[in-house]
Amino acid sequence: MNKRWEAFHDSSDYRFTPYIMAGDPCEEATIELSLALEQCGAHALELGVPYSDPLADGPVIQRAGMRGLAQNMNLEKTVKLVSKLRERGLKIPVIIFTYYNLLLQLGENRFLKLAEDSGVDGVLVPDLPYEESGYLQKMCSDHNLALISLVSPTTREEKLVRLGSEAEGFLYCISSLGVTGIRNEFRAGLDDFLKAAKQNSRVPVLVGFGLSTREQIQQFDGSSDGFIVGSAIVKKIEELESDLLTNREEAIKTFKSYIESLLPVYSR
Amino acid sequence: MTTATVPDTRGRYGVFGGKYVPETIMFALEELEAAFDEAIQDREFNELFQRELAIYSGRPTPLTKADRLSESNGGASIYLKREDLNHTGAHKINNAIGQALLAVRMGKKKIIAETGAGQHGVAAATVAAKYGLSCKVYMGKEDIRRQSLNVFRMKLLGAEVIEVTSGSQTLKDATNEAIREWVAAVEDTFYLIGSAVGPYPYPKMVKQFQQVIGYETESQFKEVQQGKLPDAVVACVGGGSNAIGMFAPFIEKDVPLYGVEAAGMGVETAQHAATLSKGSNGVIHGSLTKLLQTSEGQITEPYSISAGLDYPGIGPEHAYLHETKRVTYEAVTDEEALHALKLLCENEGILCALESAHAVAYSLKLAKNMRKDQQVVVCLSGRGDKDVHTLMDFEEGGNKDE
Repeated sequence: MNKRWEAFHDSSDYRFTPYIMAGDPCEEATIELSLALEQCGAHALELGVPYSDPLADGPVIQRAGMRGLAQNMNLEKTVKLVSKLRERGLKIPVIIFTYYNLLLQLGENRFLKLAEDSGVDGVLVPDLPYEESGYLQKMCSDHNLALISLVSPTTREEKLVRLGSEAEGFLYCISSLGVTGIRNEFRAGLDDFLKAAKQNSRVPVLVGFGLSTREQIQQFDGSSDGFIVGSAIVKKIEELESDLLTNREEAIKTFKSYIESLLPVYSR
Repeated sequence: MTTATVPDTRGRYGVFGGKYVPETIMFALEELEAAFDEAIQDREFNELFQRELAIYSGRPTPLTKADRLSESNGGASIYLKREDLNHTGAHKINNAIGQALLAVRMGKKKIIAETGAGQHGVAAATVAAKYGLSCKVYMGKEDIRRQSLNVFRMKLLGAEVIEVTSGSQTLKDATNEAIREWVAAVEDTFYLIGSAVGPYPYPKMVKQFQQVIGYETESQFKEVQQGKLPDAVVACVGGGSNAIGMFAPFIEKDVPLYGVEAAGMGVETAQHAATLSKGSNGVIHGSLTKLLQTSEGQITEPYSISAGLDYPGIGPEHAYLHETKRVTYEAVTDEEALHALKLLCENEGILCALESAHAVAYSLKLAKNMRKDQQVVVCLSGRGDKDVHTLMDFEEGGNKDE
């Protein structure tokens, strides 16, 4: 485990892990948005890679992917973007969120070498379930990267136990069935699922999918160790698109105040 | 080589196949695999399936010798396996009945499906009506436009047709949306996949329900040819369900097999759907197979005049049969397919689907170079009523279905 993950694991905060799409709306904006998120208190960052067929994503992230593709962003450039983030001082763990086909085409070995050299800390592949991930899992640990595991309310108990005991980085608990996107309410029994995940996990348990308000986020403090916000943040970036391209300083200010409005207010 | 060992227990056909899906639907695939394995061991289930094929779909479908077509072409005789004479007009109903019976057996009340040309959508809507299931069909906006007749049929049958406006607005995108819907509704919904694609066990299951085509062909052919096997078997390939069903009994036998892809405007252009001829290994819709993509892994838009063939991927077993060279895969252009369709109409009085016309076109090329005492069997996967608008537009001077 590297120092960035150590700091993430040692934190006693309710951990905030935002998701943004690389290249949305341009590479420099991604860098500044990432730094802004760290300044606002993000404990780790998920960086999405634009993909033509993101079947685990809802419309908001699909649109962000199209914007990223229009900027010619790809997996290799996203990984290299992380070294630029490191040069600009980003200290939190960065996880590359990529569909498996992109990894296959770049080449798993090439990706892992590049990721390690660029200061990437983890990789999350939403269409590579545990059953298919043996090879990548081994390769990731050889390259000092965490392969983030996802568990869902439909995951069988014995699998939850196994995934929890092998998890690296954090355990990603999907709050609800369906694709990424903003939800108005969460399914009954979610707390029990999160508690079961926490009991069985050797790493922090984070809840994600659908969280878009401070109230929703606070609701899971206690039953989880942290939270992931994707679509709500990406939607804000979409709203700020033209300012992020032409009047970035102002746009970043607005973005930061939005993030602050999202985070739990209590101090620890 | 042997194909008897595929798929393995992980759903692999060599390197191809597998289950590349979000964790949320893994339990549903395991549940489906268990239910399917149990069902096909169950004599009652198999008898029920065979009975439904006979009394509802109208099987066995005939094997028709195309005398005038063969004669005009010179060379080997051409036989047509008449899947166009099935209820709803295509082979798609075989698989739809099989999966619907399985859904009922599993206690599911809702099915979702995706469709390109609309034939699978019609088949899914049909079995939903027959077995009392609710049905949502995802279809690309572009396909809704070019297959309006089938859209109307689905609605008449009580299905909800959901227009997909993302991406190329065709089958690829309809499949993405169907998977997204399935992830959300996985606890009570059966995903009825229409081709030999998708995560394991779908490719195996679709083959199981479509192999009736090949087994009937084999016994019908033997009957008219004194126990002989065909000298060649030809089927069109988009995702590859009619082809895998047709090939099933012949794969382990010494019969040359040909799969025919859509070359669209030509494989030398970007306007084609020739996945095996021009594609590379990658993951699409839950399985590792050959697909059309950029060097970076973005899936590219295929093109064919036939809505049922313009799919960027292909069933993983076909990718395996291609790699092991057991089946020869060739590509036929829009123009060649249209020419074959007209020849078949004029010589045999049969209007086949544009998909099937690709197989007919290749069988004509093949037969021409074979002896007169040899026989080629072609799977006529569906009828062409649905394509009449496209054909009319073409006749009026366009070379695309605008």
